[in-house]
Order: sequence, then structure tokens, then C-alpha cells
Amino acid sequence: MTTEAPLPAHADHARVRDDLLARMAGASGRYLAAVALCGAVVAWALFAWAYQIRGGFGHTGLRRPVYWGVYIVSFVFWIGISHAGTLISAILRLTGAGWRKPVTRAAEAITVFCLMIGGLFPLIHISRPWLFYWMLPYPNERYLWPNFRSPLFWDLAAILTYLAGSAIFLYLPLIPDLAEIAERSSGLKRKAYRALSLGWTGSSRQWQALERSMKLMALVILAIAVSVHSVVASDFSMSVNPAWHSTIFAPYFVVGAIFSGIAALVVVMAVLRKLMRLENYLREEHFSKLGKLLVLMSLVWLYFTFSEHLTAWYGNRPLEMPALHLKERGAYGALFWAMVACNFALPFVLVGIRGLRSIPTVVASSVAVLAGMWLERFLIVIPALERPPLPSAWGAYAPSWVEVSIGAGTFAAMALLYLLFVKAFPIIAIWEYEDGASAS
Amino acid sequence: MPDNQDAGQQPAGPSPQWAMAIDLDRCTGCEACVVACAAENNVPVAGPDQAALGRAKHWIRIDRYYEGEFPNIKVRHRPVLCQHCDEAPCEPVCPVYATYQNAEGLNVQIYNRCIGTRYCANNCPYSVRFFTWFAPEWEEPLDLQLNPDVSVRPAGVVEKCTFCAHRIKRAKLAADEEGRPLRDGDVQPACVQSCPAEAMTFGDRTDPGSKVARAIGSARAEQLLPELGAKPRVFYLQKAD
Repeated sequence: MTTEAPLPAHADHARVRDDLLARMAGASGRYLAAVALCGAVVAWALFAWAYQIRGGFGHTGLRRPVYWGVYIVSFVFWIGISHAGTLISAILRLTGAGWRKPVTRAAEAITVFCLMIGGLFPLIHISRPWLFYWMLPYPNERYLWPNFRSPLFWDLAAILTYLAGSAIFLYLPLIPDLAEIAERSSGLKRKAYRALSLGWTGSSRQWQALERSMKLMALVILAIAVSVHSVVASDFSMSVNPAWHSTIFAPYFVVGAIFSGIAALVVVMAVLRKLMRLENYLREEHFSKLGKLLVLMSLVWLYFTFSEHLTAWYGNRPLEMPALHLKERGAYGALFWAMVACNFALPFVLVGIRGLRSIPTVVASSVAVLAGMWLERFLIVIPALERPPLPSAWGAYAPSWVEVSIGAGTFAAMALLYLLFVKAFPIIAIWEYEDGASAS
Repeated sequence: MPDNQDAGQQPAGPSPQWAMAIDLDRCTGCEACVVACAAENNVPVAGPDQAALGRAKHWIRIDRYYEGEFPNIKVRHRPVLCQHCDEAPCEPVCPVYATYQNAEGLNVQIYNRCIGTRYCANNCPYSVRFFTWFAPEWEEPLDLQLNPDVSVRPAGVVEKCTFCAHRIKRAKLAADEEGRPLRDGDVQPACVQSCPAEAMTFGDRTDPGSKVARAIGSARAEQLLPELGAKPRVFYLQKAD
């Protein structure tokens, strides 16, 4: 902590502004290499997807009775991570937590990118994606409607709403920064940023409008975020499958989403800090505070997991037990306990004990939590499907190279989107940062 | 096992209301129904590799249950096909209405409308819904044996037992031509027709004189997994021993 540079809060505003904007300019060889690498992985994933569409869904590892696999797992995982932006930005904004200021934009960008990626998975998951628009209620001469009773339709509505809302939530606080960039540039770039800043002049009326709309959007986005992951949970809880039909799933999924969202934010911040040399802005204090939130959510997650499994185990219902056994002590037992270690033991020890809490341990715990939460989604989807009510239909699932490629490709897509974003927009909200600096 | 909650109740809707009864006391597990169904409904053969993966398709299958230890072992057979549930869990989850219950109680699947979410197949407690992993192929001259009354399903859609809906249609047309109403026994799905032990009966359950209505009224009649409340239209007459 003591080795860090003095807080730039004491520096004058112009220097901070110059410093942050300077980071957007130019591209080092390492940056270009990272873009190329991520682009290559994304291209490979796109190839795998094309291969699957052209050759048939048989190229996945899916088989009866496991009709849902890695795509649904990834879908739930990415939509879950998108809650990073919501929590950090909206909750901290509403509660007026000043320390949030250097991290809000990074968080809001995570939300938008994760929704773009997660929202792609229903498309990847359906076997005739060219008919995707049949899920939309568009006017047609045959009066065909989508089925409003289907949780998949709720998903579509919820995710599109969330994507629109979070895009606005990311965009609004960008406006003053965009105007600032336009001020400092010339030619086409100036025109483009000028247009994007929607005629921002910085008048007090505009500031008031921005403040008011941010407050309103924070409230709206909080409500949407909670409902979105409840809807995602209903894909499972509304089903007749005994291991899925659980009333606890909606809040359980929301908790898991916020939990993994915090972990994702920490990892993104750590990478940005190193790559963009933001050590002065993203400080130990931020990692420590997010680490505490991580431990808190870890405990809430443990409580939900315990309740869910204890109820199932004690209830001992014959249709539910095979899936529970498979998950906890059968073929997936090792993964189950690895999940518990990643999601609870590691963060609890590394971050929960004050003496051990530091930037590297918070980051390591967050990586573990991301892995653990991916496993959690996997363990909710797969074992339940492998054990349908009639034993003659029991089966096993292993993903194919197509599914693995596409799953890995989305991580590269996330990195790629981020790499491009930090060069186009300031990753730390400059005006908010100045606001915070003068307030402190 | 919980008792037969549906027996004797008249389902809502106009006549006929199709239903099936399977006498487990008569079923020998010979699988003639399985073969007949595949031939009748253009169900493609998966091949050894795909079958080993768990991608074999059987619109009707024989579940075997073993009781006791060798050598005192008893095998019980249960043919399982789409149960054509009145409260079918597969129906509400489809986002595009590709599956619904028609006026005569058939749970129907519209292949052209299916976009392949496979949610219905997940949500079927009887695991009787199948997915076309690849476009089906028949080597020459096997393609000539395809049943022209039944559509060949393209890759990427879910398919399942139709209660031989095409045979129902054909029987109705024949009755219309002769200017008479449908009689009990006019409609025989391929599985029912091919059962050497005559274990299966199919017909209109709103007709109190029909064989199927009498079988459903039997004290031996039970539904599969009745506790899930799907209200299946297939009734199993339990073995009396």
C-alpha cells in the first residue's frame, strides 16, 4: 500500500485529464498482439459456429437426454457476469459511495459487453438460427404469435430490455467525456465525438439533467437486473424436471450473478491496471473494498447453495435424488467440491482474513470465483438433465470441440471488445473522477 | 403407485378423444411395435456410432425393469411412447408454438415451425421427444420404402410419436366416403396393429362402448408418473400378480 504513488486526487484536474486521455492515444506492439490473438480466437469460434450450422447440431456433444449443454451454461454465466455493472454502478451510485468513481465505467462496460455475448447464446443454442425472428412478435399475414407462456420468450424480452437499459446507463455518463475529447481533437474525429456528445456544452442545466437521469436510470436498471436473472432462472425453475423445479432458483441466480459480476470486475480492473498503468487510479483501496463485497456475496451464495441442497437431500424425493447423487458424489462430485472450494473456501480464507488481503489475493480469489461460478451453472444444468424421471432414458454428456471452441471464443470476444473500448473511450469517467477528487 | 386419477373422467373436447391402453400382462417385450413404428413413420436408423452416443431414435421403446436377483429374476416390460398428455409439460415451454394439443387430444408437433430450442424435449418427463441431429439419409434402395403419408423431418427439429395421425386422417376419409361415422377399431396405429400379443388398444375414449374406454375403466389401469400431473392419455393395465 505504501509503495503506491500519491493519490492523484491532490493533483490538479488538468493533469488528471491529460493523463487519462493520453492513455487512449497510440497502440503499442503488445496491444496489437493482444488484439490479434483475441481476434484469432474469436474467428476460430465463428468458424466452429458456421461448421455447426452447416453440418448439423450433431457436431455438438449433446445427446438424449441432455438437450442443453455448454451453450446454456455459458448463457447463464455471461448474463450473470453482466450484473457487475449494475451492482457497482447503480447500488454504489444510489448509496453515494464515493470510492466507486474510478471503477464505474469499467463495470458498466462489462454489463453491455456481457449482454452482447450472453445474448448471442440463444442464437448459437437453437439448431435453426435462421428462424430466430419467429420468437419476435412481428405482424404477419398468418397471425402467428410467439408463445408468451414460454420462459424462453421472457428471456428474450428481459435481455433486450436489459441491453437497452444498460447501454443507456453506460452512455449517459460518457457524454461529458465525449465532449471533452471533441474539444481536444480536430477533423473527422472531432466531428464524430461532437455528434456522440449530443451537443453537450456543460451548462448547469445539462449537469442537472444528467444527474437526474442517472439517478432514475440507476433505479430502473436495478429493478431490471434483478428481474433479468430471475427470468433466466425460470428457464429451469418453471420446468417439470424434479431437480430444476425449485422455488429458490430466482434469488439464487440473482445472488450468483452479482457474486460472479464482482469477481469479473476485479479481474478486469486488475488487467486494466497492469496494461494501462492505472496504478494511481485503481488503488489497493478499491480492490480491498471489492474484495470485502466478494466475501459477503460468497457467504450469501453459500447460504443459498446449502439451503438448496439440504432441502433436496432431506426431502429425499425419488425423482430428485439420482440427480443430486450424481452431482455431489457421482461423476460430478469432484467438480461440485471444486466449486465449493472456488466459491467459498478460497475467497473466505484469502480475502476474509485481513492479513492475507492484498491485490494479488483478491484477484486470485476472483479468478477462482469466476471458475467456480461457471462450474455452478454447469452443475445446475447438466446432472439434472442426465437423470430424467425414467431410468431407461438416463445418459451422459461431454462437450465437443465445437462447443469448447465457441465457449472459449466468448472469453476472447469479451477481451477484444474491451481492448477496442479502452482506445475509443476513457475507461475512467474523467468528470466523475474530478468530481470525486474535489469532494474529498 | 398412486391410483388412476383420470379413469372414467371424460376429457373436455368434442368426440373423438383419442387414447391408448397397454396391457402389461400381455406385453412380451418383443419390440415388434418398435420396428413397425420406425417403418411406418420414416424414423431413420442412427447407425452404431451415433447410437452409442445416445442418439438412437425410437418413437416407441420398451423399458425393461428387473426384479429380484439371478436366477430368481423377473423382467417387466413397458412400452413407452408419447403419452399425449392433457397437461403436457412440453407445450407451454415452446417459444414459437411448434407443439400444442389439438381438438382430438393429440399432442402434435409442427416440424416446420420448430426452431430447435429443444426445451420441449428437456421438459418431457417421459423422455419421448427426439431431436434430428443430422439430416436423415436412406441408402438406395431403402429410400423407396419411405411412407409417403409421413413427412421426413429435416435436421434441427424435434419429433415424436403422433399416434399415427396420418392413419387417423385416412380412416376418417374412408368413413366419410362410405357416409358413416368412425367405428371403434377403424384407426389402428402401426404399433397397435403389429402387436402379436394384442397388448395395445387405441380408440375414442368418449365412446363408452370402445375397447379403449373399457380398458381405461379397468381397475388395473394406471398412468405413468401420475404424480407429475401431466394427465397422460396412455393407460397401462398393470400385471395382476
